[in-house]
Formats: sequence, C-alpha cells, structure tokens
Amino acid sequence: MSERYVMSIDQGTTSTRCILFDHRGRLVSVAQREHRQHFPKPGWVEHDALEIWRNLERIIVDALAQAGITTDQVAALGIANQRETTLLWDRVTGQPIGRALVWQDTRTDTLVAELARAPGAGLVAERTGLPLATYFSAPRIRWLLDHVPGLRERAERGEVLFGTMESWLIWNLSGGVDGGVHVTDVTNASRTLLMNLTTLRWDEELLKFFGVPAAMLPEIRSSAEVYGRARRVIPGVRIAAALGDQQAALFGQTCYAPGETKCTYGTGGFLLMNTGAEPVRSANGLLTTVAYQIEGQPAAYALEGSIAITGALVQWFRDGLGLISTAPEIETLARTVEDNGGCYIVPAFSGLFAPHWRSEARGVIVGLTSYITKGHLARAVLEATAWQTREVVDAMNHDSGLRLKELKADGGMTADHLLMQIVADVLNVPVVRPMVAETVSLGAAYAAGLAVGYWADLEGLRRNWHRAARWVPAMDPAVRAAEYANWKRAVQRSFDWIKPAEP
Amino acid sequence: MPGPVQSIERAAAILRLLASSSGRLGVGELASSLGLARGTVHGILRTLVRVGFVEQDEASGKYQLGAALLHLGTSYLDVNELRSRAINWADALAARSGEAVRIGTFLDGKVLVVHHVFRPDDTLQAMDVGTLLPLHATALGKVLLAYDANAAAAIRDAELERYCRRTITNHRELARVLTRVRDQGWAASVEEAVQGEAGIAAPIRGYGGLVVGAIGISGAVERLCDARRQPDPALVGYVRDAARAVSRDLGASRW
Repeated sequence: MSERYVMSIDQGTTSTRCILFDHRGRLVSVAQREHRQHFPKPGWVEHDALEIWRNLERIIVDALAQAGITTDQVAALGIANQRETTLLWDRVTGQPIGRALVWQDTRTDTLVAELARAPGAGLVAERTGLPLATYFSAPRIRWLLDHVPGLRERAERGEVLFGTMESWLIWNLSGGVDGGVHVTDVTNASRTLLMNLTTLRWDEELLKFFGVPAAMLPEIRSSAEVYGRARRVIPGVRIAAALGDQQAALFGQTCYAPGETKCTYGTGGFLLMNTGAEPVRSANGLLTTVAYQIEGQPAAYALEGSIAITGALVQWFRDGLGLISTAPEIETLARTVEDNGGCYIVPAFSGLFAPHWRSEARGVIVGLTSYITKGHLARAVLEATAWQTREVVDAMNHDSGLRLKELKADGGMTADHLLMQIVADVLNVPVVRPMVAETVSLGAAYAAGLAVGYWADLEGLRRNWHRAARWVPAMDPAVRAAEYANWKRAVQRSFDWIKPAEP
Repeated sequence: MPGPVQSIERAAAILRLLASSSGRLGVGELASSLGLARGTVHGILRTLVRVGFVEQDEASGKYQLGAALLHLGTSYLDVNELRSRAINWADALAARSGEAVRIGTFLDGKVLVVHHVFRPDDTLQAMDVGTLLPLHATALGKVLLAYDANAAAAIRDAELERYCRRTITNHRELARVLTRVRDQGWAASVEEAVQGEAGIAAPIRGYGGLVVGAIGISGAVERLCDARRQPDPALVGYVRDAARAVSRDLGASRW
C-alpha cells in the first residue's frame, strides 16, 4: 500500500498555505499564495473571499504535485484559519456579499460603544468569556446587516450565510451551492461573541442582543470530526478538522494537559494556556476561549493573552530607526553589551494589551543616560518581549491556579537565541522550541488525522513532538526581581499619555 | 594569460562613478557618462544590486552604492541572519537523520557553533551555541578549512592538537584529506575529536558561491558509519541536501 498523508490548510491573514505531513508529523511539501489586503478607508481591512478560494484550489494542486502524490493518498484534510474575520455569502449563487471584514478592521468601534451602553451588554462577557470589542465577529455581522440594503430580510429568510474563513472554505470544498455543508467548529464559534461558552451552542439572548438571525449561522461542531467529503479540488477526501490558528498552534504543540502553555512569537505574541475541561474566568484581563474539542469528548478550554508588539518592535528598530539592516541582526547588536545599561523600552505603540488593557498608553524609552549605546537599546528591545511575556504568564498563573512549568515557543522569533534565553531567565522556567516550526499547520493536521484514525490518540501525537532546542533559566533571582520592578516602573510611565478629546 | 575581463572593468567604472556622485544616478546618466548602451549598464547594475554593492531607490529608480560595499572588510553574513535563514532546513535535517545538527562558521582559528538542533529523541541535551570546536578534528571544521582561505591560513603554522588516537595531527595528511573534501563536496570526522563520535558536514554557500559556513550532523559512530567506519551514504545525502537548500535560500545559484 502506498504511503498516506494528512493535508493541512492554514488560511492566514496575509497568505494561505497548504502543507502535507507524513505519519511521523514531518513536513513533506509546502505550497503558499498571498492574497491582497484591501484598505478602503482608515481602519477598514478587507479580504476578497473568492481570491482566497481560488488560491486554495491552486495550492492544493501544487502541494500534491510537489510531494508527487495523488488525492487517494490524502487520509484527511484539516483547516486552521485567521480568527474572527467575518464573511457573508449568498446561499443560492455562492457569491460573497462584499468582501470579508478582517479581524484588524475597526469600523465597528462606534457600534460597539453603542452596544456597550445597551441593556443586556453585561451578558456578553458572562456568556462568552470575551469583552465586547471590535476584535470579534458579531458586531461585524450586525454592521453588514445594518449597512447593506435588504440584507437583513434576506438573512432572516435564510438566503444569506455567515461564516469565518474555515466555514467558507469547508462549504466550498464540500460542494458550495451544490450541497455544501455549512459548519464551524467550537474554537472559531467561541470568537464570535454569539456562542455560550458552557453549552457550546449559539445563545439566543446573545443573538437577540446583537440582532443576528439564527438562520444565517453555521452549525457548531467539534474541532476534530468528519464534516463531509470534498466534492471539488480533491474529490473524496474527508474534511476532518477546523481550528482557529492560535488554538491550532496550541494543539500542534501538543499542549493537551492543564497548565501546558505555548507562545507564538511573530509580529505580536499569542500565549495560550490549556486550563482543562472547565472555562476559567479571568480577573486579570485575559480571554477565556475554547482550546479544542475532539468528537464525542468534552471541550478543553484555554486562557489567552495577547501581546500587541513583539517582533513589530524589532521591525521598528530596523525600519523606523535604521539601526540594523535585517531583523536577526538585533541579536548581534544586543550581544555587543552585557546588559541593558539601565534602559527600558515599553512598546505601547497603540496602547497595551493583556494584562493592562490601557488604550491611552503610548511607548516610552526610559533610563536614558549618555552611557546608553545602540547595543543597550537592542537589548531593551529583546527584553521588552520577555517582560511582556512574564506579565501575561503571571496573570495566567493567578487566574488558573496552575503554575507554568515550561513554555513551548514557536514562530519566527524563536531563531533568536538571546531572546529565548532572556525569556527563560525572566520567566524562571525552561523555554523549548519544537522541531516542527509550523505548529499552526501541524495542529490542524493532527486534529484531522486524529478524527479519521490516521493517528490513534493524543499520546501518539505527543510522541511526534520533539524538542529542537531548550533554554534553561540562568539569572540571579535578585537581578530578576530588580529588573522586573524596573520594568513595572517603566510600564507605569507609559500610562495616561493620550488625553481624552476636549468636550 | 587572458586579457582583462571587460564586464568587471565596466562594473568598476560604474562603482567609481556612483562613489564620486553626490546624489543617486540613473541608468541613462551612467550610460552616457561611460559611453555604453543603456542595456549593458542596466545588466551590470542588476548584478551589482544582487550582490548588494549597489542599491536602487524605490521611488526614483536611481542607483547609489550599497551597504554591502561599506562592510566589505568586516563580516560577509551576520551569523544570526545565517541561523534565521537556515533554521527550517536544519530542523528538517535533524528530523530526517535522527541526529543532532550544528551550523558552524569560522572565528579566530576555531569553528564557532552558531546554531544547534537537538537529536530528536527527547533526551536531555545542552545547547552549545557559542562554543568553539577545533577546525582540524571536526567535520564542520574540515569543510571550513577546505573552502575558506582565512580558516586554512589560521592553522597553517599552528600545531595540530591531538584529541583522540585518530585526530589528524600531520599537516600533509590534513592537506590530502581537504583535497578529498573539495572533490566530494562534503567532509567526515570519525572519532577524531571525541571517542565514539562521528560527524558529517557540507558547505553552505552565499552569493557567487562564497562559503559562509558549514552544516552537519554528529552522533554515535555506530549510527553514522558502517562497520568499515565509512559514513552512511543516505546520511551524507541528507546533509548535502540541507546544505544546498540553505545555500539556495542565501542566493547561491549553482548549488
């Protein structure tokens, strides 16, 4: 019998990737296509869903050709996707209604402010574990229903469908207008503000609060089960998993036990901690979300803390200040000095996220003296990522009552050894990097392979996880405490910078 | 003896013009100053941009001297940049071979380990990025000696220290081994630095084929070699594939 593989689709913010994995979780082939970013007005960000669908058709074919395999060698397909991006489409013609509104889009800020004052607004955080914010899908659905003439009536008649990107792709793959299945998974549904976090069902009161007709919503399913078979592009292949990208990374990092935590370091940082079978409410500004659900089993929950600026600070150091010519050179420059020389950079470029949630904060560089060189600044740049991680980890430990024992890191910044060592030093736990850096794609593949029996169980997946590198803490506890105190004082100095507009 | 190479003379003239200009220059200005066809100048400029000696301004389309020219005497490729570009291929090599992977560059008469991927068996292993290895006793070092003139010069008059019974301590014998490394395109060391350990390595090349480092695997001699102490051809293939893949990413065209 010829070897079989699992296909993983990562529908991301800037590109869509198709990766084939073998039975040992090793990468066999990769195909990728970028799609256009549309910015029709300040604060508006849109994607063309048809362009993304066409890209998917091409990369699937490319990935199969690269690996030299045929459709019948694909055991299953799993999808990971950019979260909260909102699309409506016509059930009869299959055409999108306008472009998809991307998670970064802030056109709903006035609407969200109005909703926050409306009766019943308190229900949102209580039922969903999320704050009422522009970040999530429900306000975008409402905005479209309010702004496209006649749309609400058509939606109520069931002629219009809503979905995040995994719903759109599954619907199209499974036949589109010709019998496509309209589903989403619990992790994606948990980011809409419409799902009850405990029942894992659409919440009627929340639907009423946001004014969203139930007829347009996909069916909520688990993250790992066969939703249907593909009837286009790769006919016959079972579509067997869907997860939001950060949850997929948690799954790919095999964080299956409570307390296991991963952080993806890219432009920003995303920390997720598995908290087990019960949702944990945060008192420290973290999000409560579904981690994953395997068919027939209870859902696992997670706490999520996002850091707005991590790699973006290095990019600013390169492009804004011009002190380095490539991002990795930050490490070379930082190693020219022994320490930060008393200098701290708080990158509150557009406020601070978890655990502070201070939108009026702005970035500061403190502790400047004539002694400070660009090497000290480079070190302060790397330390800013580490201390922001520490603040989120402290909040997670506090909320969950669990104690972080080891941090599983992934993303582009894990190539920076000095940064990873600093993270281990300030967290006072080991930091490990997995051998497969593509954890998002791997997570979707794992869930799909699990659903069809390609992999037997979570233990089998754990055996596929291998440590590529490990950094152990080597910082004097007194230095750690003093530096953390300095960092906290620096953060204080970033607060209250933007003044409220004059009445 | 062949005469001067015309395109290099022309490239040098273009660089001189750009260096003496107070602002940026366009293709037309350069072509008319040198009395050459626009197409000829454009072709030379594209090559100079590719190697980083010239930069093109995005807005105006005009040219100026590139940053790489200013750093000509210092480092060719930042080692952290090298790691960042190589990390996925190094991971893949560790996964395929089942052995630990290291990337080394030349520093002060030694091999500097700039990247290290653990052997994928989840045993406890220590990161040794930043440590220095001997040039003449390791596979990584032999690759650097074979292809990097500076590395070769660094040990020319030095005494070759003995680490094991099989360490090559004779300069003549080492020269013979390095010739073979150049012929076959990879190097091995079998119980030459550490008893019971072997290594296989191949060169990483940048623009123009310049060797910027070496990538290799190391592990127990019975896993890497056959009974006659010859490196496993499959493992050699994996190492060379990884080296070629990193080289392609760095812009080396032929390897």
